[in-house]
Amino acid sequence: MVAATTPTVTRAGEPLPDGPPYDVTVIGAGVVGTAIARELARHPLRTALVEATDDIANGTSKANTAILHTGFDAVPGTLEARLVREGQRLLAGYAARTGIPVEPVGALLVAWDREQLDALPGLLAKAERNGHHAARLLDAEETAAREPHLGPGALGALEIPDEAVICPWTTPLAYATQAVRAGVHLHLDCPVRDLAYDDGLHTLTTGRGTLRSRLLINAAGLHADAVDRLLGLDTFTVRPRRGQLIVFDKLARDLVHHILLPVPTAAGKGVLVAPTVFGNVLLGPTAEDIDDKTATESTAEGLALLREKGRRVLPRLLDEEVTAVYAGLRAATGQEDYRITAHPDRGLITVGGIRSTGLTASMAIAAYVVSLLPEAGLDPGEPGELAPLTMPNLGEAGGRPYLDAALIARDPAHGTVVCHCERVTEGEIRDAFASTLPPRSAEGLARRTRAGNGRCQGFHCGAALRARIEEARP
Amino acid sequence: MTTRRERRVDVLVVGAGPAGLAAAAGLAAAGVPDVEVLEREQQAGGIPRHCAHGGFGTRRTGDLGGPAYALHCAAEATMAGATLRTGVTVTGWAGPRTLDATGPGGLERITARAVVLATGARERPRAARLVPGTRPTGVYTTGELQQAVHLHHQHVGTRAVVVGDEPVALAAADTLRTAGVHLVARVTEHPPRPFAAVRQAGGAPLLTRTTVTALTGRPRLTGVRVRHEYGRTTTLACDTVVFTADWIPDHELARRGGLPLDPGTKGPAHDPAYRTREPGVFAVGNLLHGGESAATAAREGRAVTGPVLRHLATGAWPAGGPPLTVTPPLEWIAPNLAGPGGGRFLLRTGRRLTAPLLVVSQDGTPLHRRRLARSVPPGSSFALTAAWLERVAPDGGAVCLRIA
Ligand SMILES: Cc1cc2nc3c(=O)[nH]c(=O)nc-3n(C[C@H](O)[C@H](O)[C@H](O)COP(=O)(O)OP(=O)(O)OC[C@H]3O[C@@H](n4cnc5c(N)ncnc54)[C@H](O)[C@@H]3O)c2cc1C
Ligand SMILES: Cc1cc2nc3c(=O)[nH]c(=O)nc-3n(C[C@H](O)[C@H](O)[C@H](O)COP(=O)(O)OP(=O)(O)OC[C@H]3O[C@@H](n4cnc5c(N)ncnc54)[C@H](O)[C@@H]3O)c2cc1C
Repeated sequence: MVAATTPTVTRAGEPLPDGPPYDVTVIGAGVVGTAIARELARHPLRTALVEATDDIANGTSKANTAILHTGFDAVPGTLEARLVREGQRLLAGYAARTGIPVEPVGALLVAWDREQLDALPGLLAKAERNGHHAARLLDAEETAAREPHLGPGALGALEIPDEAVICPWTTPLAYATQAVRAGVHLHLDCPVRDLAYDDGLHTLTTGRGTLRSRLLINAAGLHADAVDRLLGLDTFTVRPRRGQLIVFDKLARDLVHHILLPVPTAAGKGVLVAPTVFGNVLLGPTAEDIDDKTATESTAEGLALLREKGRRVLPRLLDEEVTAVYAGLRAATGQEDYRITAHPDRGLITVGGIRSTGLTASMAIAAYVVSLLPEAGLDPGEPGELAPLTMPNLGEAGGRPYLDAALIARDPAHGTVVCHCERVTEGEIRDAFASTLPPRSAEGLARRTRAGNGRCQGFHCGAALRARIEEARP
Repeated sequence: MTTRRERRVDVLVVGAGPAGLAAAAGLAAAGVPDVEVLEREQQAGGIPRHCAHGGFGTRRTGDLGGPAYALHCAAEATMAGATLRTGVTVTGWAGPRTLDATGPGGLERITARAVVLATGARERPRAARLVPGTRPTGVYTTGELQQAVHLHHQHVGTRAVVVGDEPVALAAADTLRTAGVHLVARVTEHPPRPFAAVRQAGGAPLLTRTTVTALTGRPRLTGVRVRHEYGRTTTLACDTVVFTADWIPDHELARRGGLPLDPGTKGPAHDPAYRTREPGVFAVGNLLHGGESAATAAREGRAVTGPVLRHLATGAWPAGGPPLTVTPPLEWIAPNLAGPGGGRFLLRTGRRLTAPLLVVSQDGTPLHRRRLARSVPPGSSFALTAAWLERVAPDGGAVCLRIA
């Protein structure tokens, strides 16, 4: 078992530690960077995780569709196909052990015209080549029986029983918590601005001073190309592909039982309708190639397109209230695969192009990256086991504290509901602030507890939540 | 395993706003022994708790500020003998008149002979209005703004835009002024009012026929992009925006209990005795129709007393009558089921009507025609007497209200 240490988490205004150089520094604390940090934490290495913003999972990792993919439709033989398949298995197991909400709802690829119907057997064969033998074809009648609220004209479907939905926020938070508890240093508010590599040692110039490290792992997501270029490497360019999504009210949840996928076309995976582990319904994402890596705004055109597609799939969904709208940027690099490469001459492993499956594949990516360490010139030593971790349950299907009589009897703070729409209790909010990685912002609190994320968007509790954040500020 | 304390009461009121408290006060005063009000907030009173401005109160109390009115309503209920429990959330139904609740004292399952839902309404937030753009800080509804300023004394911002022109928009402007925030403009999709006898909000312009097309700025709001009906666009530089009105009833509990909603109000369909389609379940206040005044909500709370008493005495639940429906520009009518009882109806229009002729008919037969002597603006309701109700055939089709 890896011994627990006092967590080292630094943020704006605090000095960076000036001890000996790190063995490994991971740049970027998204789901990929935190998974890698967690995997590194198992080894006898001095590891740092540096993140430009004030929280982990603050980039693409906070704004995706939250599906634990099987990879049934991956291009067979690619690294992505392999890591998604392995990652799904690893993460499903980890989620069960750690209390990360997962709902195994299964997916239906619904065919709306002849051409799509004709494409289903080919997709079934592809799923089988990717090792998914549970997939099967449904006729129109069975499709309608499975999803009684589908719009008119569904001709049939391909069922992928193992597709699931997962909590996108608890996952990286669990990784980072375990990593930090096992001794990984986390430096927030710490953008890496420059890199120099001399004599086998990197000097990182950050917004908060310098750090030194023998090896670098570039997990900077949308900015992985820019970080590579700081070391004179220019092998790919990230072109963001924006995905806008609409979150519908929990009162819509009963309208849909599976993840409803469109039949993929040349234009991309298309717009899906999916339940979330929080009990809402998602509609999205769009796929727009854009140039601005900060352009996470929604657009009138994007929302109109989603509503038009959603009306076809599940007409009654459009009668329900909208709870939230958001957009995430996929790190597309012009190649239908990940770009994970060791550069021994530069003391670097680049983890780029983790576009639209990175949440699912995260643990397998981490294991693969650590397996590249010897090639990159670092002996990671023998791995140990990490102390187990149980995360607070944010899932609607698991037991929520406000419904737990025994918990409330022990700790009455769990009987006081603060966020009424999401039913988040005083106890959960208190615990989030006392956790290894406490929230710094209303958004951070929402990702740890759901508080403020509900249908009223703060009409009832927004000011009270902000008061807690302000109180907790050092 | 969940263990719930099971209890029985005569009447369970859900929500201690002006409507729920008035119902509880009336029922307790009429001698119902066991009237219990559950309120999920720590203080009773509902929305007026954080309305620092005046304009509340009754003929007896005179003009009161919101918080004082909230205290007054709660005192009326408890003095009449109702049990008022705050910090207890009703979370769902376990049977037709059995509700589950969570509080620091544990989980409960309460069965009542009659249930009165009074869960209020909220303003639609930015996302529900599908306003595109960034997701910056500095975006409020009036409800959140008032709590930020009056309950938590938080810093809000420096320059604000208010979206909407209902009375609540003026309350938002007042709150911003109290907080020292400069009001840049108010924005409304509606055309200008004819004889702009409208209260000016601190001299800020009211941009009419104007829609918000996007929010800009990250992480803080930097502007509100607007478009005039005739195509002109501009960006109003500001760090704060308040989305006002555009009400949606807090109908979660009603829907989870299987109560049919009225398509216009999105509150539970109900008859003039505030009966929903579910035997023993009544509904009052803004849950029925969104943002009306506290006086209207309290009036409905008082008015439900008689029907609840009759139900407790006889157990009777007369079959519901046909629905009352409206055609545009009318947006909704409440009550919206025909049935016994009198009182008055509230209606809302989507655009200004000048001396409109209202026609009520059922299955092609006219029941009532009436010309209003005044003009009615969008965004505030107008009343119609219920005299024609007795002419409705109980087993006939839907009753239609339209403007001739
Ligand atoms: C719309 C959409 C839907 C998706 N749906 C799914 C799905 O259903 N299932 C699934 O498995 N995947 C899905 N994905 C993909 C998944 O979200 C991504 O693959 C994953 O989040 C990528 O994680 P990351 O850690 O590589 O990147 P990010 O989360 O972007 O993390 C990179 C981090 O690096 C930091 N950083 C960048 N530059 C620097 C620097 N110079 N110094 C310090 N820090 C820096 C950033 O601040 C950021 O926090 C979806 C993606 C999108 C956009
Ligand atoms: C910002 C704002 C300003 C306003 N200004 C004025 C004004 O100046 N003058 C005026 O006359 N009117 C004003 N109004 C309108 C007035 O506040 C309402 O008409 C009135 O409060 C409605 O009363 P109600 O009892 O129907 O609902 P509410 O006052 O909303 O009360 C509903 C109560 O139910 C509780 N509740 C909901 N669900 C549950 C549950 N599941 N379990 C337990 N409790 C629950 C809520 O916490 C709340 O306390 C304003 C409204 C707003 C939003």
